Amino acid sequence: MIKNREVSITTWILVAFCIINIFFLVTGKLGFDAKGLGIITAVAFTLAMYSFLYKDNPVFKIAENLFVGVAMGYWIIITWFNILKPDVFETLIVPFFNDTGNAPQYIVIIPTLLGIFMLLRFSTKLSWLSRWSFAFVVGLGAGITIPNFIHAFILKQLSFDLLITSNILDNINTFLILLGVVSVLIYFFFSMEHKGVIGGVSKIGVWYLMIAFGASFGFTVMARMSLLIGRIQFLVRDWLGLIQ
Amino acid sequence: MDRLLGIDRRIIFIFVAAAITIPLIIRFELPVPATKDVKGIYDKINSLPDDSHILISFDYDPASKEELQPMAIALLHHCFRKNVKVIGMTLNPGGSGLADKAITEAGEEYNKKYKEDYVFLGYKTGVELVMINMGENIYSAFPNDFNGNPTADLPVLKGVQSLHDFDYVIDLASGSSIEAWIAFAKEKYKFDLGAGCTAVISPDMYPFLQSDQLNGLMSGLKGAAEYETLINRKSSAVAGMSPQSAVHVLVVLFILFGNTLYFLSGRKK
Repeated sequence: MIKNREVSITTWILVAFCIINIFFLVTGKLGFDAKGLGIITAVAFTLAMYSFLYKDNPVFKIAENLFVGVAMGYWIIITWFNILKPDVFETLIVPFFNDTGNAPQYIVIIPTLLGIFMLLRFSTKLSWLSRWSFAFVVGLGAGITIPNFIHAFILKQLSFDLLITSNILDNINTFLILLGVVSVLIYFFFSMEHKGVIGGVSKIGVWYLMIAFGASFGFTVMARMSLLIGRIQFLVRDWLGLIQ
Repeated sequence: MDRLLGIDRRIIFIFVAAAITIPLIIRFELPVPATKDVKGIYDKINSLPDDSHILISFDYDPASKEELQPMAIALLHHCFRKNVKVIGMTLNPGGSGLADKAITEAGEEYNKKYKEDYVFLGYKTGVELVMINMGENIYSAFPNDFNGNPTADLPVLKGVQSLHDFDYVIDLASGSSIEAWIAFAKEKYKFDLGAGCTAVISPDMYPFLQSDQLNGLMSGLKGAAEYETLINRKSSAVAGMSPQSAVHVLVVLFILFGNTLYFLSGRKK
């Protein structure tokens, strides 16, 4: 009974959506061109995704899977034209088989092979080769990251010239940050019982953590609402034409 | 009481949708004063002489478009008004289409010429390795632009050899690329760096403002609206501020409502 009701709701929404778009196309509100049809497609997918707010449904599933497929296809095309074609195909393979006036860059073979080895994880016999690629990536990544991160995120943040400025408000701010860092670190210091002074300071740390979580949550709400505002702006402006 | 506590979440969704749609349609405007952090970027671009070089890295994809694309458009309009040469790039494969569209449309509006006044270098994989490569030689990192033109021949890049030669670099990010720009590029190759990011990651970025590792920060749609106000070109971000405020009031009311009912129901016991 409930299923029948949901099927009829979906059908009526689809019929209404078709009627509205046909009306827009006939009256010229939307052009029968790539832009107009693009808007209709985008509206259909936006509504399909938001239909999840009512409940999980096949329309949402179709849109979700199409999104993943299209995103992956787009990613592959961009990677081919921006990386594989200019950096591998045109520098190594084309000069190897044709006389382009440029010698093939054989050095490209090494990263190309390491990249292919990564994909061999899908092979049970050859997956051991992927360890070479991962070893390279992890070794290089750690070597580059550790010194740069220590310099940029620890030493720079500890820099003494940040502590005292001519502005009294900045100095209060700096003191509050210092208090926050120390109290939160003490809260996570478990080698001593949190009693007396240590307990008091760790309580301040808890307050700092709660305020930080609250600020983070507030920013997250703002971000998610911004996404919804953008979509609704698109629906009422570009599709329905209710605002300019 | 139990009925109110077990309220169907879809009713809340309807309230949220109404709180966004109604202010958009009836269009009331709220003041959007610019904060010091956003003014940092604006003042820096304003201080640049003609033909300076700005690198904008569009490190986001369509999932964050609603927050970061208005920022990108506002920044581009400011740069082209100031006759600054704009070099675009992306470290996110999903960002190339958005970046190309934003640069091209803004450039055409000011009659700027591709390859002479602006260029889009396209996408490169590797994030920090691309930055280090650009720090050594930008032509090695990007031998060709997004349209396949050799970068060595581009007039827009005249006088630029590496990241150090840019007068200003701005990263528009939906992920962790701002930290990467700071750690692997700014600290090593010494240039001024500004950033725009989604509201979700902006709390993590504030420490870099105080340490001067960022000279300005735009966070979320609010940051974009502030920039639109500064350049006096109010567009979708400013229009989004009234529904944003309305929905924030609604969320606060829901939190108060939910907590009041929670305590009144005696569940704390």
